[in-house]
Amino acid sequence: MSRKYIPKVVTANRLREGDVVYQTADDRWTPHHHEAELIEDEARAQLRLHHAAAQKLYVVGAYLADAKLGPNGPEPVHFREAFRTRGPSNYAHGKQVDLSNV
Amino acid sequence: MYDYTDFDEAFVRSRVAQFTDQVARRLDGSLTEDEFRPLRLMNGLYLQLHAYMLRVAIPYGTINPRQMRQLAYIADTWDKGYGHFTTRQNIQFNWPMLPDVPAILSALADVQMHAIQTSGNTVRNVTADHFAGAAADEIEDPRPYAELLRQWSTDHPEFQFLPRKFKIAITGSPHDRAVTAAHDIGLRMTKNAAGEPGFEVFVGGGLGRTPMIGHLVREYLPIEDLLPYVEAVLSVYNTLGRRDNKYKARIKITLFETGKEELTRMVEERFAEVRPLFGGADQKLLADIRAAFAQPDLKTAPVDAYDAFYKADPVFRAWADTNLAKHRKDDHAIVTISVKAHGETPGDASSDQMRAIADLSETYGYSELRISHEQNVILPHVHKSDLPAVHAALSQAGLGTANVGLLSDIIACPGMDYCALATARSIPVAQEIATHFEALKLEHEIGPLKIKISGCINACGHHHVGHIGILGLDRAGVENYQITLGGDGTEKAAIGEKTGPGFAYDEIVPAIERILRAYLAVRTHQEETFLDTFRRVGMAPFKAALYGSEGEQDAA
Repeated sequence: MSRKYIPKVVTANRLREGDVVYQTADDRWTPHHHEAELIEDEARAQLRLHHAAAQKLYVVGAYLADAKLGPNGPEPVHFREAFRTRGPSNYAHGKQVDLSNV
Repeated sequence: MYDYTDFDEAFVRSRVAQFTDQVARRLDGSLTEDEFRPLRLMNGLYLQLHAYMLRVAIPYGTINPRQMRQLAYIADTWDKGYGHFTTRQNIQFNWPMLPDVPAILSALADVQMHAIQTSGNTVRNVTADHFAGAAADEIEDPRPYAELLRQWSTDHPEFQFLPRKFKIAITGSPHDRAVTAAHDIGLRMTKNAAGEPGFEVFVGGGLGRTPMIGHLVREYLPIEDLLPYVEAVLSVYNTLGRRDNKYKARIKITLFETGKEELTRMVEERFAEVRPLFGGADQKLLADIRAAFAQPDLKTAPVDAYDAFYKADPVFRAWADTNLAKHRKDDHAIVTISVKAHGETPGDASSDQMRAIADLSETYGYSELRISHEQNVILPHVHKSDLPAVHAALSQAGLGTANVGLLSDIIACPGMDYCALATARSIPVAQEIATHFEALKLEHEIGPLKIKISGCINACGHHHVGHIGILGLDRAGVENYQITLGGDGTEKAAIGEKTGPGFAYDEIVPAIERILRAYLAVRTHQEETFLDTFRRVGMAPFKAALYGSEGEQDAA
């Protein structure tokens, strides 16, 4: 019996800034997790990861992270990925402030 | 302190130029990330969770006011206005952008600083007693030897691709403030029967996933044999050390698998080969280095002002009682500036605080500063009559917290707020412990206590040698914190013992409170410290406090 595939998003850091980004279905890199493409098929996930890894002038360290569908789009499953959507908890630095005015 | 020679200057500048070119080639696509990664790591540049991180070496924790101001300038210009002092006497900038890193390295080179060998499988920043050159109990200032080791190990062609990273710590005092027993090589100054200073050499200490206390392999190493002996240890390790499994690659595992006697024999054999190759140039260099560490001309003045303030001002008295240490000259004191205000991030200093510290060092501290592995800043020489003014200035800068050596003087690694390797957060746990006990007003009642927190098994927060160690883990997708008790990083080094099952994020502060209330209940008198009490009564009362009656069973 095959286990149900846990949906994924492709995530990476921007090469120049180091910011956390996610790959969208229309091949953009977005800082917003909920705009990411939620991939529900393993073969497509590998394909999209290869596509991301080839963009070496834009991103670093692309990988597949578990995600689930929420009311506004994909949401992280693991707490590490949840932290990556926001920034550190000790200062109002990173995306939690950088994106608040966007 | 040591000033760069033309050779040092040219070397650091050439590395900056080299890395500048490498960054340009990465940005234009000539280098892939796989090609670039080892190059950036050689220059201290990591990619962390939210951003790049640049780790800058503060060799053996010694820094001058001009360098401190340059760190503040870097923080303001290319980062977010602060820096993080680490347990390896480095400073980390958490938000640099890749295209800016060459300019940062260039700004560092302007003040004789760099990020070389702060990463990679090389000899890392040599760490030392943060009271070096000032401590009352010191046999000799260990920093000239640390500087000799730094020069010898920097870009050493034989040791650029070791099986794993290699950390050396050195102390000149019998009271070990440099945690030498938890380093690949630990050097403790001692004297032989003739009264000549030399070193006890410990090998194979380390924390991480397999914590071990270093083994004494040489009871007395004459000073002139230091470099050849350390080279022999590295040489044997470079040959024997495992390269098939990074978790078994540190010298502590080499020693464990080879056996102390056999490893010692091999080191001595190699030493016999290497020793004749050192023709005395190292000793000439050492003499030059020693001159650079000449003691400042300490002033002589009455200490009445200090005595009067100490009697009259309870806030000053509390600070003096915790943050001052005995200086080798009676009318001076060693000031530890706490970078651990309750609720703040351990080890983080703002650029304004860095400038305030630099000013104080110049005005009252003979322009000397140290960074401690406990993530605080030291003014090693302050005349006692100047202490009230120093305290007042520190308080204004938010640096007057009187908590050194107490519960809230917590070591915490960056944890999952920054670090890509972390399995849980450390910083907010430290913040909450500090503020919780501050609210209870129990900190001074509890007395001397070292709490150390790591956000993963790699143990950058030294949790194994904390009197109370906290290790953050990922247990089935949830942060979970394991507690160890009885660790000790001094000359009586010990690895802490696990209490039992871990605690969830919102349970860890109450768990620490239960441990400390149990301590207050079982200590014989107020002077019996937590560590002494633990050594006397063992784990039982603390297990009972943590787990109730189930604690009697040995839960895994």
